[in-house]
Amino acid sequence: MTANTDTAPLLKATGLKQEFDVSKPLLNRLLERKPRQFLTAVDGVDFSVKPGETFALVGESGCGKSTIANMVVGLYKPTSGKIYFDSIDMSTIASHREEMKLRRRMSMIFQDPYASLNPRWRVTKIISEPIRAFGLLNEKQAILDRTAGLLRKVGLSARDGDKFPHEFSGGQRQRISIARALASEPEFIVCDEPTSALDVSVQAQILNLMSDLQRQFNLSYLFISHDLAVVRHMSDRVGVMYLGRLCETAQVDDLFNNPLHPYTRLLIDTIPDIEMTGRERTPVQGEIPNPMDPPKGCPFHPRCPLAEDHCRTTQPTLRSIGEGRSVACHAIA
Amino acid sequence: MNTPLLNVENLCIEFPTRRGTLVAVDDISFTINPGEIVGVVGESGAGKSLTGQSIIGLLEPPGRIAGGSIRLNDQRIDNLPENQMRKIRGKKIGMIFQDPLTSLNPLYTIGKQLIETIQTHTDMTVTQAREHAVNLLEEVGIPAAAKRIDHYPYQFSGGMRQRVVIALALCVNPLLIIADEPTTALDVSIQAQIITLLKKLCKDHGTAVILITHDMGVIAETADRVAVMYAGRLVEVGLVRQVVKQAAHPYAKGLMNAIPSLTKRVEKLTQIDGTMPGLKDIPNGCAFHPRCPDCMDICREKRPELTDIGPTQVACWSYHDCKH
Repeated sequence: MTANTDTAPLLKATGLKQEFDVSKPLLNRLLERKPRQFLTAVDGVDFSVKPGETFALVGESGCGKSTIANMVVGLYKPTSGKIYFDSIDMSTIASHREEMKLRRRMSMIFQDPYASLNPRWRVTKIISEPIRAFGLLNEKQAILDRTAGLLRKVGLSARDGDKFPHEFSGGQRQRISIARALASEPEFIVCDEPTSALDVSVQAQILNLMSDLQRQFNLSYLFISHDLAVVRHMSDRVGVMYLGRLCETAQVDDLFNNPLHPYTRLLIDTIPDIEMTGRERTPVQGEIPNPMDPPKGCPFHPRCPLAEDHCRTTQPTLRSIGEGRSVACHAIA
Repeated sequence: MNTPLLNVENLCIEFPTRRGTLVAVDDISFTINPGEIVGVVGESGAGKSLTGQSIIGLLEPPGRIAGGSIRLNDQRIDNLPENQMRKIRGKKIGMIFQDPLTSLNPLYTIGKQLIETIQTHTDMTVTQAREHAVNLLEEVGIPAAAKRIDHYPYQFSGGMRQRVVIALALCVNPLLIIADEPTTALDVSIQAQIITLLKKLCKDHGTAVILITHDMGVIAETADRVAVMYAGRLVEVGLVRQVVKQAAHPYAKGLMNAIPSLTKRVEKLTQIDGTMPGLKDIPNGCAFHPRCPDCMDICREKRPELTDIGPTQVACWSYHDCKH
């Protein structure tokens, strides 16, 4: 951690928690005499992203990665916990103007390039929306010039601005999403599974484009993915999530060369063996528990090969074990 | 050489539209031996699923087989009337679909669906069929199978549902299973379980599998041979190890290099520029030539045939001189 302590984090989340009310309607509750029910999607997560860094959140579906993404950009309000952007607590901002000033500096790339672009808008209008919303440019011609420049930057031609989203392939649409995310000149971009809807050859193009843009504009990414190979390629640091909690955070090389948490080991072990080393593996049994009724103690204990009695009763906390690594496991001292 | 189980020759699939005919699968030929797992890989729109659907006779109109033949154990199955095809479908060829939620009927218990399939193709009584179904469910790793057999699909998780679909495909011991993206809708840890299961079951039952997927990792781990498709054509067919390690066709090479590696970190991924052409503008000559780094004059004019170059079969003019 010594090398990085001098730079203040651009984004910092502490004790982030999100509960969703999944109760039945009031009348059903009264008739069945059942209390309200809550689903804890994210439960006490801490992490930080430094300027110019890519921090990846990885985990299986339902582990809360996308919920975190939505909280960071302000689409959900956290139930508790704080998000600091550039050392400013996002929940204490009083005026709309101040908030807009901060929001301009972060944007988001969504997973599905088919659902995240308005099919009735021309590409120029889609890309220039952040420019208009934040009032960055007023003159029509200036906005047009800027969108043309953005289109060229993501590898499309300026003339593509007159087209509609349906005229583009999945990879090209994701380029449009990236251009829109760049339109407000942000420092921080949340990428929620940006390539999982794309084919591998297109995925390589998009990942390369994202790396180039990161270098060019010194962007910070919060990169969310379930694909470990992509995470390994893109990120500097990784947080592994399971059932709404972080179970391990580490520098990317440490995590892949020497995974500590049993769940991290499981995840790395389940990647299909493309290098054909001929390694035999024993897939971990069991499935992800229902988040409505998570297991007591360590959420991973029903599937964990190392589980002891202790794990079934006490929940482990994320502890730092030096060299920028933290693990939440009783078996790892 | 033993006779192949499935022999596909010069298969063409087209879609007639108002603006002319679109050729979605263009003259592909391959064989599958008994008990062999063959992977079919390619980008979306390359024609992988259509090939699978045409073999089992589930091609959706207006798509139609425009030419070529499909033979199962030397019997032509591509031109059978529907009532005869129904006897083959399920009995000799099974199918596993991508989405386990939509491929099971939500209104029937899984037991009813299994028993119905078993009774359609065999002479078993209901009791026998039920017993067989319980055994199958146990074999695919569903705990408390005797109790779970009376549950509805919604009571199962995604991974368990896919196990039920596998049991359904295997229930009358077919010769061939077509698995169309069987693990795409599942999480990685569940995917590993399903792949291991599918591989083991097919080995135990001696079933051949056509594994259609876009995930090269799944194929590398499961298949014996692999066929790479591009724009409705086969570009390379060979042993999986050969194609993964030393692909010959420039597209297959590019596809392999575009996958981020877990062992070594590179500054930039190798990318194939451009995108796969749509069905209505497949270029003349080799379909890959506009994106190919080694494009020659002949590639723009004549389409390369799939030729044997020793370790693999490749459709590329650069290898034409080393024809055996």
